Amino acid sequence: MSTETATVAGQRTLKMRLWRGDESGGDFATYEIPAQEGEVVLDVVHRIQAEEAPDLAVRWNCKAGKCGSCSAEINGRPALMCMTRMSTLNIDEPITVSPMRGFPIIRDLVTDVSFNYAVARRIPAFQPPKLAEGEVFRMQQVDVDRSQEFRKCIECFLCQNVCHVIRDHEDNKESFAGPRFFARLAELEMHPLDTLDRRRLSSEQFGLGLCNITKCCTEVCPEGIHITDNAIIPLKERVVDARFDPVAWLGRKITGKPDPTPAAVAASFAPETLEQQQAARALGKVGSHPQTSGA
Amino acid sequence: MTVVDPAKPNMSVTAVQIGKVRGGPPLSKVLRRDRWWIQPALIVTGLTLFAIYATWAAFRNGHYYAGSLGRDYLSPFYSPCLAHICSTKGGYSGWGPILGSWWAISPALLILIFPLGFRMTCYYYRKSYYRSFWLSPPACAVPDAGSAKPNGRRKRYTGETRFPLLIQNIHRYFWYAAVAFAGILTWDAIAAFRFGNSIGMGLGTLIFVINAALIWAYTLGCHSCRHLCGGGTNRLSEHASRYWIWKNIASKLNEKHQLFAWLSLVWIAFTDFYIYMLTSGIIHHDPRFF
Repeated sequence: MSTETATVAGQRTLKMRLWRGDESGGDFATYEIPAQEGEVVLDVVHRIQAEEAPDLAVRWNCKAGKCGSCSAEINGRPALMCMTRMSTLNIDEPITVSPMRGFPIIRDLVTDVSFNYAVARRIPAFQPPKLAEGEVFRMQQVDVDRSQEFRKCIECFLCQNVCHVIRDHEDNKESFAGPRFFARLAELEMHPLDTLDRRRLSSEQFGLGLCNITKCCTEVCPEGIHITDNAIIPLKERVVDARFDPVAWLGRKITGKPDPTPAAVAASFAPETLEQQQAARALGKVGSHPQTSGA
Repeated sequence: MTVVDPAKPNMSVTAVQIGKVRGGPPLSKVLRRDRWWIQPALIVTGLTLFAIYATWAAFRNGHYYAGSLGRDYLSPFYSPCLAHICSTKGGYSGWGPILGSWWAISPALLILIFPLGFRMTCYYYRKSYYRSFWLSPPACAVPDAGSAKPNGRRKRYTGETRFPLLIQNIHRYFWYAAVAFAGILTWDAIAAFRFGNSIGMGLGTLIFVINAALIWAYTLGCHSCRHLCGGGTNRLSEHASRYWIWKNIASKLNEKHQLFAWLSLVWIAFTDFYIYMLTSGIIHHDPRFF
């Protein structure tokens, strides 16, 4: 299909159904526009904006899959508009472009993703060890390989959008950080120089146990980050070490390592920067948050 | 969830806003055009067929050892040898009988608890049955069953935070048992080379060897294994052997965990069925290669 589409694209008309509306309501509007060779969905949306609907709201920046701005749902599948080639879609049928349906609408294809920024602010920042005079940080590449995979994240929030834990059960937004931030927590938890134990935090404050590992976050990630296999599940296993494994508990007792109780974690957290102080205040809620009991 | 408000750093918090109007049509309207339902349908079919077969095989309580045919083939559903059948008739070279002849219930019912528990708590199978049986969600960007119904909202979603799903966290203990069972099935594969007093190889031997290999590939690719053998440490560079195992065995196999989960599931059932066919007379001959 794609070859044929590409061959005759110049003679074809695209039928694009774009969501138009704001918080007062909306509907799909259909635009017919000639197909052109080599386009991505964002190109077509821009041509519609330029030629037919100058008031169409669409957020974009780099058009190269690196800024994470043009997230949308194309034929119902969460994807970046700039990375979805028209030649991969069946243009015999109307192509539907809707905003991310997991977030509040601002207008047309633009959504309010501030939920993610609120969660990001709650995550305690990197907590390096205190260095003696003249000492420097040293890390081996193999120790940061895992964390670096998660640094590829462009924060398009497609994973946050598709995650059914908050998409279909919005009340969980109060207690669930979402896949992007589990990757952030995993990145810090696995970091060879981070001194803060984030295992109980991940479970009790950020709702890791709500994730039922159905891997949609991994499926939609435009950067190909293995969010579930390399971040969420390893983090879940570390939480098992800290909370559920009696053998691990016995091992800590024998070796004299402290249990990662909320109080012990909070005591080990000595914030120095303003950002860390802010995170520390959030940390002070450990154990007293209403969502912690069932997590 | 409470958050730190950067505009008011002095202990102020802002709540995450929920209940605001979202864009696009209601979530109950599925916009996906592809055949997203095929995968859950296939998984329901596959797991249901296996459950039916495994139930029949477990209650069969017979036709699981080919000793009377001069073959040391013991069905993996009935291994290790617990009952007298597999120890007396052909001289099974494994253990047994652990249970006395008074034991009348199928020994498979005792044995299968462990592999069943391992697979039920496996991260891959969890994904498949949450999607396919729970419909939570059936596919990406398709609503959870009941979640978007205007009049019948499903009970609050709690994921794996409460009993009974909280039990999923004991997966690593089933993994310990799975390693023991993989060892037992390896022993069975070795025993399958025994033809009376000589060494040989039949079609059954080949089936047993493949079975053991697939079970190991599935067991060593387990996410808990990956964590225990090295993933749980932050300084892999200080643990050369653990790093090697983590990188070259556990992580490599983990990438194919879904594949080996299915291959090993199908093959173990086939292995049992081969023994059943052989011992019940459906097929009369186990071809011998040498």
